[in-house]
Amino acid sequence: MSTEKEILKVEHIYKKFEDLSVLEDISLTVHEGEIIVIVGPSGCGKSTFLRCLNGLEETSEGHIFLDGEAVNPLSKNITAIRQKIGMVFQSYDLFPHKTILENVIMAPVLVQKRKKDEVKAEALKLLERVGLSSKINNFPRQLSGGQKQRVAIVRALIMHPEVLLFDEVTAALDPEMVREVLDVMLDLAKQKRTMLIVTHEMAFARAVADRVIFLDGGHIVEDSDPKQFFDSPRTERARKFLSTFEFEEK
Amino acid sequence: MGFEVLLKGTNFIRLLQGLWVALRISLISVGISIVLGIILGTLMSLKKPVITAVSRVYLEIVRIMPQMVLLFIVFFGFSKAMGLNLPAEASAIIVFSFWGTAEMGDLVRGCLISIPVIQYESSYALGMSKTDTFIHVIIPQIIRRLIPLSINLITRMIKTTSLVMMIGIVEVLKVGQQIIEANRKSSPHAAFGVFATVFLLYFLACWPISRLSKYLEKRWS
Repeated sequence: MSTEKEILKVEHIYKKFEDLSVLEDISLTVHEGEIIVIVGPSGCGKSTFLRCLNGLEETSEGHIFLDGEAVNPLSKNITAIRQKIGMVFQSYDLFPHKTILENVIMAPVLVQKRKKDEVKAEALKLLERVGLSSKINNFPRQLSGGQKQRVAIVRALIMHPEVLLFDEVTAALDPEMVREVLDVMLDLAKQKRTMLIVTHEMAFARAVADRVIFLDGGHIVEDSDPKQFFDSPRTERARKFLSTFEFEEK
Repeated sequence: MGFEVLLKGTNFIRLLQGLWVALRISLISVGISIVLGIILGTLMSLKKPVITAVSRVYLEIVRIMPQMVLLFIVFFGFSKAMGLNLPAEASAIIVFSFWGTAEMGDLVRGCLISIPVIQYESSYALGMSKTDTFIHVIIPQIIRRLIPLSINLITRMIKTTSLVMMIGIVEVLKVGQQIIEANRKSSPHAAFGVFATVFLLYFLACWPISRLSKYLEKRWS
């Protein structure tokens, strides 16, 4: 893996909200094609970490580089950087006043100045791939949660990002819809996309991850391959965290 | 029944002219209120303490004061005190705009804060600039929420223009009264016909507007 190109580099970042320290000294290097799953108890800073990566959150200290370019929410080129980092949120957040197709094609046409016909054709192809070609003229409110989340993934993909961030994208879904979204992500994993995934779906994490990062209290507590992490976690904290997902009759 | 007086001379035309006066005052006031209300609402949504305090006092004044009192203050009080010779219609437009701006401002503020932060963020995450986000994501959503609410304000303004006859403006209701007075001898029962017609004219002016609001609300919900 280390022979691959470094795509994202995080150097000693800290994030504080007033006195509350959310991230402390996080460093991480992501290589092209790598799939990193980030797990940890709620409030451990996972979401904040992802939001720092595309500049939705300003870091208090430290640096983030994408392709050698610094990510800084206050700098002018932040919109250019964000086009290279796609992000999908827990609550899908489609634009309610636009149809599914309009949701998908808005940013490529407006921001990347691509030709509308070309973008439309690609949008149709991608929407078909996630099984939503019949919904293109519907509005978000007419779709189920799982369908909306698949649209949100397509909306991020069509920008041709180099890195994809997934922030608990199945957490708000009804259980029977989780699978359809995970399948789409599995498909992306097979295409060797670079992804950082925050999730509570442990079986999924184990299946797709090249690396698992366990965050707790704003620190990276473990950074290991999935087999090691799930079968024999090195730390007591990780063991405790993993045991909360087991359900045994006592 | 008294409808026959409306057919005498130019009576009906005069009634329509009166209606136009009422509509003119309300439409100009609505136009001013929308522009100023958008500015006020945007300022209020910034949550700056000074702006919040001042706008709260302003909104309370508008809520507490009857429109008629405001009309009297501006037309009789204010213009005398300042030595201005303010025409009645201008006074009416000032009062209606003063009232409308407060209500529009509150509506705009409500619409602005009702757009979740994540709508901005998911737009930024796609590489959209702040300006593009505002133009293509936020404003269209605000307009969809605002239009049905502001239409409601327009119809209330049209109805409330009946008060302006108290400062000497000859609008539809006043014309109606004049017609009744002038024909007291020849048609002593004119009141019913004339007022019923005035009622109908108000209805014809407001009903399409409120239907439009219902339609838009349904279409955009």
